[in-house]
Amino acid sequence: MAVVFERPHALCDVRLHYCAGCTHGIIHRLVCEVIDEMGIEGETVGVCPVGCSVFAYNYFNCDMIEAPHGRAPAVATGVKRARPDLNVFTYQGDGDLAAIGTAETVHAATRGENIVVIFVNNTTYGMTGGQMAPTTLPGQVTTTTPYGRDPKANGYPIRVCEMLSTLTGTAYAVRTAVDTVPHIRETKKAIRKAFENQKAGKGFSIVEVLSTCPSNWGMTPKESIKRLQEECMPYYPLGVYKDIDAEGGETK
Amino acid sequence: MEKVLMKGNEALAEAAIRAGCKCFFGYPITPQTELSEYLSKQMPKRGGVFLQAESEVAAINMVLGAAATGTRVMTSSSSPGVSLKSEGISYIAGSDVPAVIINVQRGGPGLGGIQPSQADYWQATKGLGHGDFHLIVLAPSSVQEVVDLVSRAFDLGDQYRVPVMLLSDGLLGQMMEPVSFPEITAKEVDKSDWAANGTKMARKHHIVNSLYIEANDLEDIVKERYARYAVIEAEESDAEAYQTEDADIVVVAYGATSRVVKSAVNKARAEGIKVGMLRPITLWPFPKKQLCAACENAKAVLTVEMSMGQMVDDVKLALECKKPVSFFGRTGGVIPTPAEVYAEIVKLNGGAK
Amino acid sequence: MTYEILLAGFGGQGVLFAGKLLAYCALFEGKEISWLPSYGPEMRGGKCNCSVCISDEPIGSPKVLEPDLLIALNGPSFEAFVPTVKAGGKVFADSSLIDAACDRTDIDCYMVPATQIADDNNLAKGSNIVLLGKLLAETGLFSTDTVRKALEKNTPASRAHTIDNNMKAIALGMEYQG
Repeated sequence: MAVVFERPHALCDVRLHYCAGCTHGIIHRLVCEVIDEMGIEGETVGVCPVGCSVFAYNYFNCDMIEAPHGRAPAVATGVKRARPDLNVFTYQGDGDLAAIGTAETVHAATRGENIVVIFVNNTTYGMTGGQMAPTTLPGQVTTTTPYGRDPKANGYPIRVCEMLSTLTGTAYAVRTAVDTVPHIRETKKAIRKAFENQKAGKGFSIVEVLSTCPSNWGMTPKESIKRLQEECMPYYPLGVYKDIDAEGGETK
Repeated sequence: MEKVLMKGNEALAEAAIRAGCKCFFGYPITPQTELSEYLSKQMPKRGGVFLQAESEVAAINMVLGAAATGTRVMTSSSSPGVSLKSEGISYIAGSDVPAVIINVQRGGPGLGGIQPSQADYWQATKGLGHGDFHLIVLAPSSVQEVVDLVSRAFDLGDQYRVPVMLLSDGLLGQMMEPVSFPEITAKEVDKSDWAANGTKMARKHHIVNSLYIEANDLEDIVKERYARYAVIEAEESDAEAYQTEDADIVVVAYGATSRVVKSAVNKARAEGIKVGMLRPITLWPFPKKQLCAACENAKAVLTVEMSMGQMVDDVKLALECKKPVSFFGRTGGVIPTPAEVYAEIVKLNGGAK
Repeated sequence: MTYEILLAGFGGQGVLFAGKLLAYCALFEGKEISWLPSYGPEMRGGKCNCSVCISDEPIGSPKVLEPDLLIALNGPSFEAFVPTVKAGGKVFADSSLIDAACDRTDIDCYMVPATQIADDNNLAKGSNIVLLGKLLAETGLFSTDTVRKALEKNTPASRAHTIDNNMKAIALGMEYQG
């Protein structure tokens, strides 16, 4: 009998701790499918963040390193510089990557560090229970913005891909989502391209994936997908923000 | 062996390369800068990696990444920069990966000053980051000893899977002395059972991690680490005893300060005062046995430091109140003079003759 | 025998270089040596000094507080350090830049118009080496052969032509009788 669907080898056969309706599981799977399809699991090292995906080292079958909060791009830099033969990726959330780890993110990008960054943006701190993130939208209620994020007091959300696309060292910056099957397919294509970039030595590639957090948004999975489409996507438009393969390293 | 004149910082860098250091990640700060500059010149020519990070925080995490692959890696900084590195050092210790960290100490607290200091003793030996852990801390007192201890630092780190700090200071870093580089054979340590360097699809994945969400698991891991620390304490403590055999007064000093003390001891000996010096070479583990042996017949113990008095705590703890311990120190970047230390020795000896 | 030597002046006068030459001379003769510069912001265009200890015994404190020998390249360092020189010690000072006179009778003070001598002989910025020559003449510490070796060791190939100039400055210092 033909197998039509199975767990990628790079994904550990364990129960994930993510909440019901969370899209981390989909994104993990996409990364693992790419690793399988490229046949690079044995030569890949992943770096986990602090946040909801802090236990990701238990979910990926390749060698894994747990970084301090925000420091994954620096840890990945250490791995890649010590062992350029390895494929290195980080898997980070918005608080980790765009707040406490902003310096590490920006400088890994501007160095053109030859790594892949998977950036899961769900506009909140999930692990600690739904506090304001650097990507929390104006007006969004969180446990630390109980009256909604007021830009006058809390500043504005960071658009990471737009920011990193201004850096010469960035090879590829793309924002995708996992709300629909076509978007999931696009996300996988983007992840594949990012890993291919690393193989080809092109430099820093970031795939920002818009994600949901039903638990902390206080919504059903279905409602949270709707919010993702109606509120998040207009603020964080999907698309390729930089691709050095495109003519003249076109910036959107 | 040919001797050359080198600054402590440069000799340290050269010794690290010879000890098999393959990666260096750092951030500029006085008075350790020559070390980075030397490596930036040499590493690319000698098959190594030099990278100037965006911050000390990033640098120490690059060290974590490289160390996790089983690569010999080093970073260096000076006091305020080491404070920034403390987060990463705690993770390195908690992840059981070896790394060498250099602190060329300057005056503190805060931005402090840039002149030599030993005010980071507590930080190095007791508090370099959160949690239950130790670093091995080595304290050279000459440029030659800087060279000799660097390769020992790498070997000890690999052997015990712990971070090792080499505690230098602005004086040792900036001064030149004749130095020779002995033929170094780095201890071969098998890292294949933990290094995150690719499974090659031939083994279960390795996880380099310091997170244990179950309290009992974390306690077990910490206890296992402390069992290793017990071996380190039993096997690795080291000190130099100088004219302590018949000493009525033992002066305890480490690093650059021990040189000042040696000058004072020599002067006092010439005056007929029975005084000696015990110089800890490992600050952690603190050489308790060596200190107690050196002080066995002493009537008084004097600790001299370039601080307000930090190591003196360990001296008192080791001697368990059996001997009176006094302290003399200068701080803020002021180097004590042999005359000042001599005056303290004379005082302890019952005043001027 | 132990010599504690202090060299002092402004940054840019070659204080550290002259100290390094002494240290290398001692290295070639198998002595124990330490060389310790002042460092940091105080070196940038400001005062600059350098401690050199040369001995048959291991060196204790490398910081020279009471020098046996002092080379003073400017007025402020002359005023600051002449009082610290050990009784019986020797001072070598650039009288082209220093107006003050030595008021101590327990030390030998050699006032040498080093900048003038260097300028007169097209050896601009050679005052440090002229004074070093005078120091060698009065102490007999090292031979000119050893000094040449030290110069060769400390001069990059691209500046090899300066070795002869520096040897000339050494000779001028040695010959000077004030």
